[in-house]
Amino acid sequence: MKDISLHLMDVAQNSIVAEADRIIISMRILNNLNKLLVEIVDNGRGMDPEFLKEAADPFKTSRTTREVGLGIPLLKQSAEMAGGEFSLESEPLKGTKLNASFKIDHIDRIPLGDIAGTVGLLIKVNPNISWLIRFTSPDNEFILDTDEIKRQLDGVPIEDNNVIEWIQNTISNGVKSVFGGVLDEVD
Amino acid sequence: MKSIEELKAIREKALKEMSIRDNEDKTRIIVGMATCGIAAGAKSVMSAFIDEIEKRNIRNVSVSMTGCIGICRLEPVAEIFEANGEKTTYVKLDAEKARRIVAEHIVNQKPVTEFTVGAAER
Repeated sequence: MKDISLHLMDVAQNSIVAEADRIIISMRILNNLNKLLVEIVDNGRGMDPEFLKEAADPFKTSRTTREVGLGIPLLKQSAEMAGGEFSLESEPLKGTKLNASFKIDHIDRIPLGDIAGTVGLLIKVNPNISWLIRFTSPDNEFILDTDEIKRQLDGVPIEDNNVIEWIQNTISNGVKSVFGGVLDEVD
Repeated sequence: MKSIEELKAIREKALKEMSIRDNEDKTRIIVGMATCGIAAGAKSVMSAFIDEIEKRNIRNVSVSMTGCIGICRLEPVAEIFEANGEKTTYVKLDAEKARRIVAEHIVNQKPVTEFTVGAAER
């Protein structure tokens, strides 16, 4: 995958297939750490320890369990090749937590990509899921909570294009205000 | 969350447009969004479908995503399901092809044969 947004699109699909109705996507940059932490938490059906062990291994995935295929190994590879780490925690019936970190100034770190477009698409085609998007840097924080947006919309569907456009603009501003000046690719 | 005021204005606008909308989805476009699809560019295909449908003010078509359709080498793949049960599978898509499919298949009801799986496999 050529950027982080495409990985998000991909692994969010796992959460959706696992019937999660709440998905948290968070991207954090901590003080003095030179690290971008990407975390996805869902309340889907989770994985048993056996499956979890094999989830990051592309060759262990069988067809009956194909909802986790190459997506996880590819993200793990992207993180590790940028001096970062990858971890996956999961509990059956509770959900799954995925962590990937990237060394910010590593020459092989993939850029953020079109986070706003990706998240907008995910929300548009999965309007019934509660999405929480959080960006954090030492100086700034941005939160977008689709439950809060739905309350404000009061019956207007969140997948309405006017709303999705607003969400994408809001996220795009969020990326700029939180990661601008911290990540090279953000103005 | 800031710009809540803005959201209220958006809500009013959406509400006005909704009242003139035929909400019954008759045709479904489903884009394969598994690792294979995404790596091949399915995201821009999906955005193009949504954008073109919105631009043309087409109200009875829905766009959604699914996992791997099973023909990874032909990704990006989209399937169109019509109200009469007919299904067309389009393969090796890009944004431009998606826009043509909306114009020719969705609007003029003439499937774009050259982009179908049948044509690709021949």
